[in-house]
Formats: sequence, structure tokens, C-alpha cells
Amino acid sequence: MMIHLKDINKTYNSGSPLHVLKGINLDIEQGEFVSIMGSSGSGKSTLLNILGILDNYDTGEYTLNGTLIRNLSETRAAAYRNRMIGFIFQSFNLINFKTAVENVELPLFYQGVNRKKRHIMAMEYLEKLGLTDWAGHYPNEMSGGQKQRVAIARALITKPQIILADEPTGALDSKTSVEVMELLKRLNQDEGMTIIVVTHESGVSNETNKIVHIKDGIIGNIEENFDHEASPFGINGIMK
Amino acid sequence: MRDIIQEIYSTVRHNKLRTALTGFAVAWGIFMLIFLLGAGNGLINATMSNSGRFLKNSMMVGSGQTSKAYNGLKEGRRVSLNDKDINLTNTNFKQNIDEVGATVDQSGVTISLDNLYTSSSLTGVYPNKLKMDKMDILHGRFINQLDLQDKRKVIVISQDQAKELELKDIRTLVGKNVKVGNFAFCVVGIYKSDRSEMNNDAYAPFSTMKTIYNKGDKADYIEYTFHGLTSEAENTAFESRYRARINSNHDAAPDDESALWMWNRFTQSLQMETGMGVIRKALWIIGLFTLLSGIVGVSNIMLITVKERTREFGIRKAIGAKPSSILRLIIVESIIITTFFGYLGMVLGIAANQYMDATIGHMKVDSGLFQATMFLNPTVGLDVCIEATLTLIIAGTLAGYIPARKAARIRPIEALKAE
Repeated sequence: MMIHLKDINKTYNSGSPLHVLKGINLDIEQGEFVSIMGSSGSGKSTLLNILGILDNYDTGEYTLNGTLIRNLSETRAAAYRNRMIGFIFQSFNLINFKTAVENVELPLFYQGVNRKKRHIMAMEYLEKLGLTDWAGHYPNEMSGGQKQRVAIARALITKPQIILADEPTGALDSKTSVEVMELLKRLNQDEGMTIIVVTHESGVSNETNKIVHIKDGIIGNIEENFDHEASPFGINGIMK
Repeated sequence: MRDIIQEIYSTVRHNKLRTALTGFAVAWGIFMLIFLLGAGNGLINATMSNSGRFLKNSMMVGSGQTSKAYNGLKEGRRVSLNDKDINLTNTNFKQNIDEVGATVDQSGVTISLDNLYTSSSLTGVYPNKLKMDKMDILHGRFINQLDLQDKRKVIVISQDQAKELELKDIRTLVGKNVKVGNFAFCVVGIYKSDRSEMNNDAYAPFSTMKTIYNKGDKADYIEYTFHGLTSEAENTAFESRYRARINSNHDAAPDDESALWMWNRFTQSLQMETGMGVIRKALWIIGLFTLLSGIVGVSNIMLITVKERTREFGIRKAIGAKPSSILRLIIVESIIITTFFGYLGMVLGIAANQYMDATIGHMKVDSGLFQATMFLNPTVGLDVCIEATLTLIIAGTLAGYIPARKAARIRPIEALKAE
């Protein structure tokens, strides 16, 4: 069991209390490719933040690969994020004044890996994603798809247990979106990476093997989805 | 460490304006402090060197006019000092007074050698004049006790006068006889002309002068060195005792302050030192406030920097940066920037002081009659420079620490939302 969520509750207390997650129970196995679908305000981003140890939960239990994640200090949380989780964001979240390769190296820098070794590794991952020629470029010199691929390389370099992607195609055009989803699918199939994608686009979720529907802080139905061509959104790769 | 420096280098390179502004605030603060203190020291040193020309614990007494009617005599009477006053000074104040001297002047004396001549005023002095006026004897010697006892016709002339009388080598003048009025005087010494004073006198023994120029028992000035008077109050008390004693010799009221003219070089230097202390303090206060504005500049920019980079810190945290590594990043950046620019400002400040020293550092105001030093050695000790720079670096670090701590504590989820 990679992820085990048991009765997770989360309330935001800014002004009037807002009960965002109302008892989430979810299990995700090693090697699954899951999407969490929901409209805005459904609590899907909060759930992802909790999965990514970016945010705390109030009650319940969250174990990630056998480790109980609860009330961690910022320092411990940072270490877990660094070693166990790879993030892919909608807005890429690359550091602007660093080149592609420097951005990819950064997680290793926080692991204390020496300069030479991390550069070699970063170049390896960039090569895997077909970005060798762009290694020395700054994010503002790259297209959205290239930026997202750099971000994926950065997420992969620490060999994390799970990849969390928050609307990974939200800022991309449809063609690039397809490429990025293909990439994630391949990672899942070829390397057995556990990937969780949060999205509100059914075309994106259609690419995943399991779709978790969340609405008003409660998980609705969980559908297995192996026939990626079945959905009308999937035809010809048009997701939007 | 090398990684951190690389990190900082890339941040700095991408925030040139911000770095330049911070750097300017820091460098300017240090520069102004050092420059200001240097200029102030220049003024203080010059004043000190001007006032240090006389022996500090010496007093000069001259005659004046009575301002009070006393003992049946009207006010406005001239008092002139005489031998009795010298004796009184010698005998009545043994507690404080060490050596007593007196002078008597004769102006418009022509000194000539062959067909060369110079005109001067001739002052009859005691041997201790040398010490009290801190004269430098270039060649020969000053008037001595034997000259005084034997009323020898010897003369000590200034370097400038010597050049008028001997065009080639003034040393050869020593031992030669020159004509002073109608008398032959032997030149026994040549003293270094001090152009910061108007008088450029020739000196002869007090006793000789009195005899030759029929001064009777008159003396123009009495000079003496003293000891045991450390505070201004003690000096004032001594002065009034002395005044009362001398006044009584001239039938002037004991408390008549204008019957005698007294120049206490010790109290003068005390006051001067107090004044200099005030100036020095004022300079430091201004300097420290300049430094403070530098510190405020640094903290201001650090505050903005941290706010601007909140999102970046959020990204770093999301991919595994610990709060301590964020804190270290900001603080090391702050230290490096303040150190670099603080050092730059310090070097520039020292350079400016050196430039000032080289150009107007020995500037003298020449009025034709005398020269006065206006500016002397306008520099600051290296220790002060380094201390000031270190202060700024420490303050800059503290200024960076507060926003840095805030940034280190912010939750990544909030930091990622920031624009």
C-alpha cells in the first residue's frame, strides 16, 4: 500500500470556518496511475496538498509508504517531500534565475549531493526528456511544454515514491497537454511510478487508470478506467 | 559553502538593481562616516597643533589698566609690572610655581652685519623662555643663566633674520658679532622661525636689555611654569590669589580683573580639549546616524527581497528545502552584500581621506604676517574603519535576519500562492 488515507478531515479557519475535507478514505497501491477529479472548491487541491505534505490535516490518519505523516515539523516535512514526493505544478514553479539544469539539480542540492554528481544526474534526466539542448537555458527562454518537462525531470531526479501533479496541463495548449500526459503514462507503465494527477478536465483524467471523483469534500465514486479511447474527450487526443 | 555562494551569485546577477541599491546604502554609510570623521580629525589635529605651541602648564602675565577705584586712587590707571612682582611671583607661590621668567621688549631695533641688516624687536628674556615657548634651536644655543648673571651682550636671532644677515650659510653667523643699534652683540644661537606666529623677535638676556635700554625696574611680561593645578576650579582659585597679591603691589583692588592680563595656557588647553571633545562627539553622532541610515536601507531592501522571493522560497520548500537552509541562504546573502559593499565604502572613505590629506592636509592660511594650519592629517585610524564596517555588517545581518526568519517560517502552501 503506497498511500493510505483514513477519515481525513480539514477545516480552514480564516474568518468563518470552512470544512473542506469531510472524512476522506482512500487507498492507492504502488504503481497506480490515479486522477482526482472535481470542480473548483471540491477540496481536490487541499487533498493533494495534504498528500504532498504541504499542508496539515486536522483529524484522521495518512500513511505514505508505511510512514505515518502527522504533525511533522517543517524540517521533517521538507525531508520527506524531498525524498518521497515529486511535484508537478500547473504553473511549473521553476526558479526563473536558474537554468533548466540548475532547476533540475536543486532537489539534489537539498539532499547534499555534491556538485559534479548532481550535474551528471540532472543532465541524464534532461536527456531522458529530450531537453539536452535546453539545459543551459532559463525558463523564460522555453515553451510551456519544455518548462513542464523540466519540472517533471526535477520531480523525478530524487527517485520519489509518488508523483503528485496539480493540473499539470492547466497552462498548456492541447497538443502539449497530450505530450505531457503521454509522458506521465509512460513513466507509470515503464517504470512503475505511482502517479496522482489532480484535474478538473475529464480529458486528462481519461488518460489515467483510476478516476477518483471528489465533491464537496467527500469522495464520490471511484471508477476503474482502462479503455482510454472510450471517452469522447480522448478521441484524437483532444482533451479540451 | 561553495554552493551557497553560487546560489547567491546567481540571485545577485538577476537582481542587479536591487543589489546595487543595497550596496550603495551600505557603502555610502561607511564612506560618509569615515570621511566625516577624517575631516573632523583634520580640524581637531590642526587646532591641537596650533595650541600646542606653548608649554601647557605655563602662564603669561602682562600689565593692564585698573577698572576700580581703590585706596584713594581713581580707576583707569595703568599698571606696569616690575622687579618686585617678579620677586613676589618667585617667593610667594612656591607651592605651585616652579620657574619664573620675565620679558622686556624693545621694538624697532636694527641688527646689522657689514652692509646687511634686518629690523626686529628685541626681547629681553630668561633662559626658561626656550622651554615655555617650545622654541627649536637650529644652531648654537639659547640665552643661558650666565648670560643673564653677567649681563652679556649676546643675541639669539630667528632663522629668517639670519638669512637676511648671512646669504650663504647661516651657521657661520654663530659666534659672530652683529651691531644692534649702537652696541655689538654676539650671536650665540639661531632658532627655527615659526611662521604661525607674527613675532619674529631676536632675544637677548633680560638683564642686558634692562641696562642697555634703561628699562629701570620694569618688566613687560612675567612668565612662569606651575604644577599641582589640575582642574579648572583650582586654576581659577590660583589665578585670583595671584592676582590679589600682584594687584596689592600696585595699589589696585585685589579683585580687579583688568589690572593684570593673564594667559593661562593650561586652562586654555583644558577648554580646547573640552571643545574638541564636543566636536568629536558630534561627529560620531552624525556618523552613526549616517551608518544607521545605511542599516535601515539594508533592512528595507532585505524586507522587499524576502517578500519578492516568497514564491521562490515556496518552490524550494516544496522540493525539500529545510527552513534552516532558507534562513541561511538569506543571511549569507545579506552578509556577503554588506561585507563586500561595506569594504568598498571603507576603502573609498580611506582613499578620500588620503586624497584630502595629500591636497589640503597641510593647508596653511598665510596672512603674510603669520601662517595658521587649518587642516592637519585628516585621517581616521584603520581600527575605527574596521570597527565601523563590522558594526554595519553585524547590523545588516540582524536586519536581514528578521525578514529571513519570517520567510523561513512561512508554510510552503502559502508561499506557493504568493505572486
